[in-house]
Amino acid sequence: MKSGDIRNEVLKILEDIAPDEDLSDLQDDVAFREQLELDSMDFLDIVMELRKRHRIQIPEEEYGQLVSMASTVKYLEPLMKDL
Amino acid sequence: MYDTIIIGAGMSGLAAGIRLAYYDQRVCILERHWTIGGLNSFYRLRGRDYDVGLHAVTNFTPKGTKRGPLARLLRQLRFRWDDFALAPQIGSEIAFPGVRLKFGNEIELLTSEIAATFPREKDNFRRLLRELIDYDDLRQQDFRVSAREVLRERLGDPLLIEMLLCPLMWYGNPRERDMALGQFCIMFRSIFLEGFARPFRGVRPILKNLVRRFRSLGGELRLRSGVARILVQNQRATGVQLDNGDTLEARRVVSSAGLVETLRMCEDVPEVDPDDAGRLSFIETVSILDRQPRDLGHEQTIVFFNDSPEFHWEQPEQQLCDLRTGVVCSPNNYAYDASEGDLPDGIIRITALANYDRWTALNDEQYALEKFRWYDRTLESAVRFVPDYRAHVIDTDMFTPRTIHRFTWHDSGAVYGAPEKRLDGATHLKNVFLCGTDQGFVGIVGSIVSGISIANQHCLKDE
Repeated sequence: MKSGDIRNEVLKILEDIAPDEDLSDLQDDVAFREQLELDSMDFLDIVMELRKRHRIQIPEEEYGQLVSMASTVKYLEPLMKDL
Repeated sequence: MYDTIIIGAGMSGLAAGIRLAYYDQRVCILERHWTIGGLNSFYRLRGRDYDVGLHAVTNFTPKGTKRGPLARLLRQLRFRWDDFALAPQIGSEIAFPGVRLKFGNEIELLTSEIAATFPREKDNFRRLLRELIDYDDLRQQDFRVSAREVLRERLGDPLLIEMLLCPLMWYGNPRERDMALGQFCIMFRSIFLEGFARPFRGVRPILKNLVRRFRSLGGELRLRSGVARILVQNQRATGVQLDNGDTLEARRVVSSAGLVETLRMCEDVPEVDPDDAGRLSFIETVSILDRQPRDLGHEQTIVFFNDSPEFHWEQPEQQLCDLRTGVVCSPNNYAYDASEGDLPDGIIRITALANYDRWTALNDEQYALEKFRWYDRTLESAVRFVPDYRAHVIDTDMFTPRTIHRFTWHDSGAVYGAPEKRLDGATHLKNVFLCGTDQGFVGIVGSIVSGISIANQHCLKDE
């Protein structure tokens, strides 16, 4: 997957986690926590959804990489490049 | 072999089940009763639908709110706000002799009521609010601090302290007389900062949504399946044995049965102290009226009353019930959507403190008689604070600590469970966890959040 596809996958996950949320104007460089008020439970969900959908394992000490859309895509690029 | 067995199909067990089934675990929820819901169940009697526990869904926040427990649970369980169709309260009241404080789902009403009734406490209360407004978590250290002490440091008028504690204790304090500061902060948020709401059809649509979701994800739910024992080998649970003798294997067990009740099931625990289970239990009268309560001049959603300047929150020792304080709830008095109209019947429910041991010691004949007797006394006590509706009653029902025990299986019919909470959900066994009442959150939203957080913390990460 290329970074654009990865971004779409993450966006789909966010849509499922926050179905009432309008994600069309999501800013990639602003933290999810600030824009969507996601908390630690929601970050666990992003991790669990990536595992469920794409068999990607993210160790707990690296959850911190998933701060914003930009940092998440960057972190996932090497993990998802062969999918 | 199940990945997780969950004991109890109440709000917390169902929520934990949904989380785990969603992430592809093999999950089985075991419920001893013949119906789901636990304390928040429902029943039908003489052609009418009744709820067991639900007065109000606390922690209500309007659609679009991103913070707080309700928003969190909707995200975690993948529900939309509209799935629960919550209608906000019209307005509630704390009624003490000669003084009343109104409150609603906006904190400004309570703030202005306090400013008008306790002018010297106006600034003190504002300062207290600022401290509480960001508190949205369970912190173990706050559960060792007395809420009464903290309030005495912050507020000058003892009457205001009693009036604030009254609804917060009524809707979630398992401890007699005092309240843990942590519990106080949670209840303050859920009642004063967030607020009350109710689905038009009561607790049923909430439970139906949860069960439907759980089943659609492949979860298994077994009713009339009480757990007799949790089987243990080398400090780990290996499964459970049911009341009928069947055994089921599992990699872990999540129990909403309560701490003492769960430990008693563990075959490696020789004895538990039943006093740890909590002892605050209630009776409740349900009166069906021939008109809407507002037509009798009763417009409040909930009235918390207390008949002296001091609020006594303790189990009655000498009598079956203590009627000095109570809660009057009218399910009619919510702002339902115009398309729903009014509820078909007027309903007024009154809750009072009760003694479990005394109620369960009665034989069937005495029990029936005492129910009549205390129904009348309870209404007599309540009409000191709300319009007298007794001439308009067309049907009644009543539940007692015995009923609560049947639905929850909690020792002593303890509605809010044990005074000491296990916030991390851990037990002496590495793969047995607590969720629900004894983990720390109470109320419908709280119980659901409890199930979610225990599933997240203990059952998902180690896969």
